[in-house]
Amino acid sequence: MRTELVVVGAGPAGLAAALAADARGVRVTVVDAADGPGGQFYRQPAAELNARRPQALHHQWRTWERLRDGLAASGVRLLTGHHVWTVTGGPDSFTVHALLGPGQDEPATVHADAVLLATGSHEHVLPFPGWTLPGVVTAGGAQAMLKSGLVVPGRVAVVAGTGPLLLPVATGLAAAGTRVSALVESAGPRQVARHARALAGKLPEGAGHAARLLRHRVRPLARHTVVRAHGDDRLTGVTVAALDADGHVRRGTGRYLPCDTLAVGHGLLPQTDLAEGLGCHLDGATVTVDAEQRTSAPGVWAAGEATGVGGAALALAEGHIAGRSAAARLRGTEPDPAGWAPAARTREALRTAAAALDAAFAPPAHWAAQVTDDTVVCRCEEVTAGAVREAADGLGAGDVRTVKLLTRAGMGWCQGRMCATAVAGLTGCHSDPPRRPLARPVPLGILAGTAPDRAAPDRPAPDRPAPDRTAPDRAAPDRAAPDRAVSGRPVSESDRSPSEQASTGGLSSDRPPHGRLARDQNPPEAFEEGSP
Amino acid sequence: MSESLTCDVVVVGAGMVGAACALYAAREGLDVIVVDRGQVAGGTTGAGEGNLLVSDKEPGPELELALLSARLWTGLAEELGRETEYEPKGGVVVAETPEALAGLETFAAGQRAAGVSALGVTADRLHDLEPRLAPGLAGAVHYPQDAQVMPALAAAHLLRASGARLRTGRTVTGVLRGPGGAVRGVRTDRGDVHAPAVVNAAGPWGGEVAALAGVHLPVLPRRGYVLVTEPLPPRIRHKVYAAEYVADVASDSAALQTSPVVEGTAAGPVLIGASRERVGFDRSVSLPALRALAAGATRLFPFLARVRALRTYAGFRPYLPDHLPAIGADPRAPGLFHACGHEGAGIGLSTGTGHLIAGLLTGADPALDLTPFRPDRFCPEAR
Repeated sequence: MRTELVVVGAGPAGLAAALAADARGVRVTVVDAADGPGGQFYRQPAAELNARRPQALHHQWRTWERLRDGLAASGVRLLTGHHVWTVTGGPDSFTVHALLGPGQDEPATVHADAVLLATGSHEHVLPFPGWTLPGVVTAGGAQAMLKSGLVVPGRVAVVAGTGPLLLPVATGLAAAGTRVSALVESAGPRQVARHARALAGKLPEGAGHAARLLRHRVRPLARHTVVRAHGDDRLTGVTVAALDADGHVRRGTGRYLPCDTLAVGHGLLPQTDLAEGLGCHLDGATVTVDAEQRTSAPGVWAAGEATGVGGAALALAEGHIAGRSAAARLRGTEPDPAGWAPAARTREALRTAAAALDAAFAPPAHWAAQVTDDTVVCRCEEVTAGAVREAADGLGAGDVRTVKLLTRAGMGWCQGRMCATAVAGLTGCHSDPPRRPLARPVPLGILAGTAPDRAAPDRPAPDRPAPDRTAPDRAAPDRAAPDRAVSGRPVSESDRSPSEQASTGGLSSDRPPHGRLARDQNPPEAFEEGSP
Repeated sequence: MSESLTCDVVVVGAGMVGAACALYAAREGLDVIVVDRGQVAGGTTGAGEGNLLVSDKEPGPELELALLSARLWTGLAEELGRETEYEPKGGVVVAETPEALAGLETFAAGQRAAGVSALGVTADRLHDLEPRLAPGLAGAVHYPQDAQVMPALAAAHLLRASGARLRTGRTVTGVLRGPGGAVRGVRTDRGDVHAPAVVNAAGPWGGEVAALAGVHLPVLPRRGYVLVTEPLPPRIRHKVYAAEYVADVASDSAALQTSPVVEGTAAGPVLIGASRERVGFDRSVSLPALRALAAGATRLFPFLARVRALRTYAGFRPYLPDHLPAIGADPRAPGLFHACGHEGAGIGLSTGTGHLIAGLLTGADPALDLTPFRPDRFCPEAR
């Protein structure tokens, strides 16, 4: 049966959208790269691990149960293990091109009348000396390991960087038996305290992260940063130092903390490759959407972190609105925003909160000053900070694209997802949103055999007026970083750091609900008042 | 920020051709300023493969320019070979059928008479040259003079070696004219640059720069895609392409044409071209074009079917209606020199072009007859 709406991404936004559209009689297919639904936020332990209390690592477990049960009871078709490399077509006929299988070497396509992009975000990590040592993992990667494999990365850990993700990572590691010796946050103590208090009020277990930090003797070091990771062939410790109010490292404040694991993160970046390829307008790093979550490309909706990082509760509200809008417009009717007013109120409040968090948890302004010339910035192509600086200062490169052309920084497996912001920061130059027409690496044999797009829906429904949209045919990209973070030159498996071996965890993560506002959020079914 | 500058010659365009003009002009003792509204190698240069080819050129003025350029590149490589990733790898043009091979042999015979080294390769020797080529090919011609550079590095390092002052992020908004219409420099959005000579090396935007001086130069963009694979150990030794590529290069069709062009790079990835379409400056990705590129490459090299494409990008070749560049002084605007319209061959032809322009600027006898490249050859009154 032909799909009317294809949803890319089975995280909170994608599932909320799929359920909202399904409830209105739309034939929905959801595709996702993972083995099961939930996305990074509701990442599940593998079934064979027989985890007894997977909810121990999750907030909003009941929300997840409702999504999961709703999905099971719905007519939504879920296609897992689909790694989408491009979406083509428009405005009323689209093709999702995906790769299947453990080797991502089998092609698959899904045809649909409309597309809803819920592609989420990926993790942002800025370089510092020693960050490529085995033992250094991303904060999201550490959490993904906890959630999916329940593997504890090390015995003594430091959690560092900035952002609301660090607290649950620190408490999650501590609860799993790792000694977390410090939580190093570059934001000031006031921001951290405010956020910790907000989180403390709403955990299902009734114990706040702040209280847990105390219980596990995790030392919070606000307005501090890791200036270097030490070790010969793997991590043995880190030097942390205090920051002044302007974001400079304060001299003489460095101290050594022994550890075998450093979980580090500097926030999340929206995944916009597929949207960009479909011709959707981007505002900086995020996909622009209207009040109905429609992108500028007719027939394409977007919801969740691709439209701005703001957490799972915001993604649920946006997904719900997007799903209802798409359902109405696929039926040729004007949607009634009054029907989703509760979700719209939640969306508004959480977007405001997200903006405040973004401002509070920015990386230190002068982080680049700590990056020595021999520090590798682009891990895929092994390009050092010195080479990047030489391209800017010696060869006149004035933007990230030119630095890439002259150094290869950003040309490798991850296509600059990890290093583009670092290159921009190191050189003080401008970074346009990169174009990645291939959202993930695709075998040439599959590319060569790609079936041409269908000119029209293969089963046009005579009882259904054509959707009111028009747009040019563009080709395009997906979500997610490549699952392989292999170096530019061939490397053996043992050469790869745990952060790379953490697979999706290497570049992706979730984010806890934000602040007090999250307490007022409506569960998905609460958005359904006034629904059919 | 506005600054007023003065020099002997201002080059508009910080791509490969502008860089070569700057280098050879500076080596003649001229004080050069290079302006570009974008960045170094930000246009066609940054989107190219860096081919220095004689193999795809039929006997005539372009081949003469290519042979001059190849000699100059060989000399430059002694100085900047490592920085520019210069690789004298040679080219191999393969024919899939006996008929195609016969055509290729005839083509090569003409080239040999014009001074090209073109060595016939029989089907049974083909895999000694390129072990991973598909079986069943009819034969090939080996061109040892073909070479490759990394084009963005080449432009950046030639610019640096020139010592020219580089002013990027500066858009030329007008051409300054003096009494009698003589060119006196350019106006930019960040100040004037005064010079008695202006070189238009703006590639596909060369027609726009010419229009600022009030002269007609019909440069148009011809879009091409490059597919880039994951890094591989060296497996493809030469630049390898199918014989039909030569016909596509010379074609006037606006529709999509693709012919497989495959080569390894010093950094590891394999580059796959070449598609040609006349669609204006549209950067959106066309899956049919990528599909055709992938199909052509895997037909020549079956092992590539399992190799992953990491990225793709579009570029715009600057072409003129007769597929020859515009090189020389413009009689309609004294002091204006053109060095643009090299289509897909600008990296290779840049050194010869820069050398010729420098000669014109200093009054030396040109190394080649410049008549076929006259910039005013497209205006009715010049015919």
